[in-house]
Amino acid sequence: MSSGSLSDDDFAGSSDFDEEYDSDDGSDMEYEQAGDVGFSDMITEKQRKKAYEVDFSVMPLADILSAQSSASNHVAGILGVTLDQAATLLRAFKWNKERLVERYMDNPQEILDQAGVVLEEDVSPVVKRPKGFVCMICFDDSSSGPALALRCHHVFCQPCYEHYLTQKIVEEGESRKILCPESGCNVVVNEQTIKKAVPQAVLDKYRKLQDRAYVADLDILRWCPAPNCENAIECRLPYSSFTSIVPTVMCSCGYKFCFGCGLGDHQPAPCGLVKMWQKKCADDSETANWISAHTKECGKCQSTIEKNGGCNHMTCRKCKYEFCWVCMGPWSEHGTSWYNCNRFEESSSTDARDQQAKSRASLERYLHYYNRFANHEHSAKLDRDLYTKTEKKMEEMQRTSDLSWIEVQFLKKAVDVLTSCRMTLRWTYAFAFYLAKNNITELFEDNQRDLEVAVEALSELLEKPIEREKIAELRQQVLDKTVYVGSRREVVLEDTAKGLAEGRWEFFTEFAKV
Amino acid sequence: MALPKRIIKETERLLADPAPGISAIPHEDNLRYFDVIIEGPNQSPFEGGVFKLELFLPEDYPMAPPKVRFMTKIYHPNIDKLGRICLDILKDKWSPALQIRTVLLSIQALLSSPNPDDPLANDVAQHWKENENNAIQTAQEWTRKYATA
Repeated sequence: MSSGSLSDDDFAGSSDFDEEYDSDDGSDMEYEQAGDVGFSDMITEKQRKKAYEVDFSVMPLADILSAQSSASNHVAGILGVTLDQAATLLRAFKWNKERLVERYMDNPQEILDQAGVVLEEDVSPVVKRPKGFVCMICFDDSSSGPALALRCHHVFCQPCYEHYLTQKIVEEGESRKILCPESGCNVVVNEQTIKKAVPQAVLDKYRKLQDRAYVADLDILRWCPAPNCENAIECRLPYSSFTSIVPTVMCSCGYKFCFGCGLGDHQPAPCGLVKMWQKKCADDSETANWISAHTKECGKCQSTIEKNGGCNHMTCRKCKYEFCWVCMGPWSEHGTSWYNCNRFEESSSTDARDQQAKSRASLERYLHYYNRFANHEHSAKLDRDLYTKTEKKMEEMQRTSDLSWIEVQFLKKAVDVLTSCRMTLRWTYAFAFYLAKNNITELFEDNQRDLEVAVEALSELLEKPIEREKIAELRQQVLDKTVYVGSRREVVLEDTAKGLAEGRWEFFTEFAKV
Repeated sequence: MALPKRIIKETERLLADPAPGISAIPHEDNLRYFDVIIEGPNQSPFEGGVFKLELFLPEDYPMAPPKVRFMTKIYHPNIDKLGRICLDILKDKWSPALQIRTVLLSIQALLSSPNPDDPLANDVAQHWKENENNAIQTAQEWTRKYATA
């Protein structure tokens, strides 16, 4: 059998990833071409994917199930094994059909042993208790209930089997490879046995875990993280490309998130940058920075002291040591030259001062970006309140004007655009924090500013009370602004995405991969 | 909760027919807690030593492995200074068909054949790999110092 015919099958073939990824690298070129397109090509440009968008598809739970069963079916057909056995083999190979079949053809027994599959005609796992049987788990020789054994013929009583499997499935969340309870036995407990041994609830859990493992095992799949959403997203970009592409995807449930790291949409910042930024914000490294910028240590007891008044004559509250804030020397040596420390220019004092100034500058820089980042996050939360207000406003508009329901939808649309723009803006500040200072960065900041100005203008417009006679005017303004804000956002995203693909941005630090 | 039959039977057998060089005696007030003594195996750096361990059978034993810890100080790459043991059957290779006896036999075997490639005490393992003779000497010294009554 040629491998070509295998890859014709559905995606679950997930055949030779590497090969597919190599060919995907052409996407860089695609971006460059998009950049060269002139005005005359505007129409074709419109149909083309935008630079900051990636190809993906949404897979509902049913598709995930059928993908597994069709892969199992296919392999079962080729290798002449049962569906259950095929699934176990596939799980051992992370659902890489091609590699499984190839390796199996080379040495079937080795693969079977590795995956814990015993080929024998399917017989029910239930066995009669052998004479004088003592279950090696409970040591109970008095009961005569049913017992189970896999093809390895290790017999255990049914209650022990149930207990064992429940422990594995419910407590340990295991589904890929549950082994025979016998120590050192590598035979996998097949689904038929699990079905026989455990109650329906545990079996359901087992199947759910299998679906979860399936998605986790395939790099091209990721669950939608939205609560109660059971869809997975399929995206065939290689992980290594996520340093230069921000793979934002949107589930059919409406949730927008990053395929690379699973966090909420963080365009235009790449995953590595996001991770670093979040760590920085969560770390108390910045607290330390603040402390070093605003405090000094008592020369005697090393307590940390913040100067909260104008006088340089400091008295440590803890050890009562009196010293000069400027030179840190003992106050007694200052004699009568109070408030005019003449030791200020001494080199050691100057060094200390420089150190402090440097630390303060870096803290201020961080705070500049962090405050804006946090502010947009906060505003986005307020915008959610705006939703409810907007709904009321829409009702009011319908009542006070002759606008119909469909005509007042512009308000809702505006709030949607506003929210997504704030999310983008937020991450532009994390992005900008790591950018080195140069001309390209200045261009980025110009784009960022344009978007910010537009967003604030729209936000203001939406919060204004409605005046009856000015509704038509307001509607036109909101519509115009919404379109404008949307286009500014697009400019920022296009520019940053292209820049990432071209390696145009100069960061002052390296990012780890996801 | 009443003690499962399995634990009762296992205890009975351990007391009636102890493995050579190993003893495990349950506490009277807590039958899931055992005082264990393992003699250092012959031809090992621990020969002549008597090592005290504690063994506890958790609620879900035998589905979950027993918890075992060395109480006597020991210089061994797979046992750290708190006495915790790096042994596969005490973790992911645990099987409910294993018993207290088999666990203790495995620990005894671990004393005979330290495995510095899968270390718990990194410094000891490094010592073992760089200068095995010297490491064995230290282990012997520790055995004399801490594990002889």
